[in-house]
Amino acid sequence: MPKPMTLSEKIIAKAAGVESVTPGDIVTCAVDLAMMHDSSGPRRAGRMLDELGVPVWDKDKLVVITDHYTVDPDPASAAIQDHAREWVAEKSLPHFLPDQGICHVVLPENGFLKPGMFCVGGDSHSTTGGAFGAFMVGIGATELAGVLATGEIWVRVPETLRIDVTGKLAPGVAAKDVILKLCGDIGVMGANYMVVEYAGEAVRALSVDERMTLTNMAAELGAKTGIVTPDKATAEWLAEAGAGDVDIETWQGDDGAPVSRTITIDGAALAPQVAAPSNPENAADVTEYAGTPVQQAYIGACTGAKLEDLRMAADVVRGRTKAAGLRFFVAPASNKIRDAARTDGTLQTLEDAGALILPTGCGGCIGIGDARLEENMTGISSTNRNFVGRAGPASSKLYLGSPCSVAAAAITGEITDPREFIGEFL
Amino acid sequence: MSTDRNIPEGRAWVYGDNIDTDQLAPIKSYKNMEAEEGCKFCLEALDADFAGAVEDGDIFVAGANMGIGSSREQAPLHLKLLGIRAVLAKSFARIFYRNTLNFGVPALICADVDRINSGDRLRVDPLKGRVENLTTGETLSCDPLPEHLMAMIADGGLMPHLTKKLKQEA
Repeated sequence: MPKPMTLSEKIIAKAAGVESVTPGDIVTCAVDLAMMHDSSGPRRAGRMLDELGVPVWDKDKLVVITDHYTVDPDPASAAIQDHAREWVAEKSLPHFLPDQGICHVVLPENGFLKPGMFCVGGDSHSTTGGAFGAFMVGIGATELAGVLATGEIWVRVPETLRIDVTGKLAPGVAAKDVILKLCGDIGVMGANYMVVEYAGEAVRALSVDERMTLTNMAAELGAKTGIVTPDKATAEWLAEAGAGDVDIETWQGDDGAPVSRTITIDGAALAPQVAAPSNPENAADVTEYAGTPVQQAYIGACTGAKLEDLRMAADVVRGRTKAAGLRFFVAPASNKIRDAARTDGTLQTLEDAGALILPTGCGGCIGIGDARLEENMTGISSTNRNFVGRAGPASSKLYLGSPCSVAAAAITGEITDPREFIGEFL
Repeated sequence: MSTDRNIPEGRAWVYGDNIDTDQLAPIKSYKNMEAEEGCKFCLEALDADFAGAVEDGDIFVAGANMGIGSSREQAPLHLKLLGIRAVLAKSFARIFYRNTLNFGVPALICADVDRINSGDRLRVDPLKGRVENLTTGETLSCDPLPEHLMAMIADGGLMPHLTKKLKQEA
């Protein structure tokens, strides 16, 4: 009888070409797919690969996406885009997705991720891919250059932190509140080097968009990655994205596979969470910060501008108008999402409330474009990090919340419990 | 100063917990400038004097969660270009840890960093996991570097290591 393994351990074992692995093992894995963007990709990892003088190990397994400097009118940003395009053309790479949206969303949207894959991405939020039952980790540019050259990477098999979210989330409470609650409870290194496996009734009930929020912000727990066991919802999402041959049955964890720690969150009792400046672990119930004035509300980023995020925000602002003087921005996470939100009326609802729709891209989350915070400004956003100087100058302050909480603040001009608005629609 | 590049010796620059990559490499420092220029903005929001005053051979000492945040490797690269030859911390964020080692800069987990003061003269032996505080006379121990990375670190980082390997295979 083979020893029971978690889903992550099974994927690592397959990639390493061994029967089984145990947490703490150091193994070398063959990479099924590498993803890189315009910031750390061609201009850094690409340059290092060229200095090594070797070709990309397998062109079919590399996806290049531009998202970081795409919304920026600065000539320097245009030069970065030109370089990315030229590098891809010179290498005749088949998978180049420029200007379509943020890499962590565009990659699965185009059918590149499937359960059981071992993937790396040149960005810390590459953990997002775990929402599809893949094991996907974020790496730096030099490490990425190593993968491009060899197709391999060393991995220390991580211990598992299982998050069991019981019950059913209340209206106005989202996956973002689950992950912010965890940031607050265990801190930004609470899952250091572990894999965070999200499970339980409330997680099973979440859409794939919402699961992506959980795996995306596994990075904010210091985790190696996050993962959700694939199920019917995963298969349906991937079928729509055009990913062929999705195997759900094989890629399940074994009953009795040991985990290092389990944290149970009572989903039904969870209140909306808001993280105060300037660390995601400063999270607490929204009521703790209610009344704090904000001058900007931003729905954006890979974390918080997927279709369901936009719909949640629209439900809160429907029939209302943003607070006077407040800047309310919405930057859909991809063009596909923007188009879907336009078709179903979501964008119209947001615009009617006074939101300005911005082009897709990393934008305000990394302090680029129109949603960059001004000096001494306080904002709230549906993004993932609020470190000093990230979303604006060092004098600006940023609160993090769910799309519902950001939308509620947009209406009142201060941090507000979104359940006050959601209730009226029930 | 020690002449052995593998045993860095220099002044300690001591900071606290949660030094994040947005502080080590703010976006203006890497969007449209090379790291040689961008490193001047390293830690600007926390200590505006750091980048100008740090010298070749100095040692960076932090508390818990060193390097949390983004995968941008300009964070450890800026430290390296400013002259930092080793980073000691109570704990490291995983991508920063790998990025630092990939540049050939030892990143050492050291439980006793509280016993180091800014300006202390340190001598760090990364392979033995030993930190001599030449100012106080104390010797502190760190976790040794992972064994499977010794060859890469001895070669000066991942790129020189791969260059050597590719040459051997050719």
